[in-house]
Amino acid sequence: MYAQMVKSTGTGVKSLDEMEPQERAFQERINAGDKIEPKDWMPEGYRKNLIRQIGQHAHSEIVGQLPEGNWITRAPTLERKAILLAKVQDEAGHGLYLYCAAETLGATRDELTEMLLDGRMKYSSIFNYPTLTWADMGAVGWLVDGAAIMNQVPLQRTSYGPYARAMVRICKEESFHQRQGFDIMMTMAKGTDAQKHMAQDAFNRFWGPSLMMFGPSDENSVHSAQSMAWKIKMNSNDELRQKFVDQTVPQAEYLGLTVPDENLKWNEEKGGYNFSQPDWDEFFDVLRGNGPETTERMEARNKAWDDGAWVRDGMMAHAAKKKAMKVAAE
Amino acid sequence: MSTNDWPLWEIFIRGAHGLSHRHVGSLHAPDAEMAIKNARDVYTRRKEGVSIWAIESSAIAASSPEDKGSLYDPADDKVYRHPTFFDIPDEVGAM
Repeated sequence: MYAQMVKSTGTGVKSLDEMEPQERAFQERINAGDKIEPKDWMPEGYRKNLIRQIGQHAHSEIVGQLPEGNWITRAPTLERKAILLAKVQDEAGHGLYLYCAAETLGATRDELTEMLLDGRMKYSSIFNYPTLTWADMGAVGWLVDGAAIMNQVPLQRTSYGPYARAMVRICKEESFHQRQGFDIMMTMAKGTDAQKHMAQDAFNRFWGPSLMMFGPSDENSVHSAQSMAWKIKMNSNDELRQKFVDQTVPQAEYLGLTVPDENLKWNEEKGGYNFSQPDWDEFFDVLRGNGPETTERMEARNKAWDDGAWVRDGMMAHAAKKKAMKVAAE
Repeated sequence: MSTNDWPLWEIFIRGAHGLSHRHVGSLHAPDAEMAIKNARDVYTRRKEGVSIWAIESSAIAASSPEDKGSLYDPADDKVYRHPTFFDIPDEVGAM
């Protein structure tokens, strides 16, 4: 999930009877499947939670450009390079769709940017891992975008209209991302021994962090209940993680790669795989800002923002000058 | 942090010749020209449009959600505005 551990402000889920009439009417609209739109009344907690969740999601798209941007200049062919460039450009677009949804809730773009740059807002833990070889571009597309799709498809039905509509656009584009990753993996897995080895190595490194993308286990996910009542979270973390594993294992088998989990076993009774939990200590450590690439990611974002200041200011000055000339001509 | 916020623009795109422009989202840009250029990059990467409108968000007037009842209820009791209100005998044929 691109928004892990979104802290809610609520104090547990209220029943309809405990709510004031306005909040009750709001909850009843959500229960009936109505969409909430920007100018509608909404509880403060709903607004705040959504800003955090959509903001975190947007930041993930933006920071998520960095691990892949790392390989644009070193893609093995011109075609691969053009494809990767298009994919990274899509991620920027996804960030923008989401920022624009967050802005309808009253958070300005500059505020959100500022909170990312000074570390007050988070992005997905997955983007704090390095991309060491070209095979990592395959693993990221296949696994990371695969996990993101798993989470984003149900969010197309989320209760907040602008968020749901952003998700529809994103999901349409995301499937290209996963396929391009799988395509890289297929080429590597059918290649030389060295290429197969690279593919397996990338898979080994990205499997655990991909499972972490869905957030902590349900029993440790204290904020889920309210978000699910508000329909800004549609499935539990464990449910989505299970679905991801069940979908990915046969794909790995097709590639001839070994899932790096000795406890992986088909469970006929539940109709899904048994698998080991990822290293949750590592997850919480990464969230605290101790990921292998956290410092580099934040430095890169800050540098891009600072280096671009003269462009932003210059364009604004140009626009003001043009406007003044137009007024003078009239 | 820059306090020089670029204004917000609402973007409308005509998907194909003959269709009307539809709202697709918003973006920030210093002026109308850049708003259209940015809209091209953000909203038409897959040939989604043949024409773009950009309008500063602050220039849009909107009805308020509380009007939901009173603004539209004059239409509530005028079902005869729909052709299905009238029964035309089968013998008459298509009408």
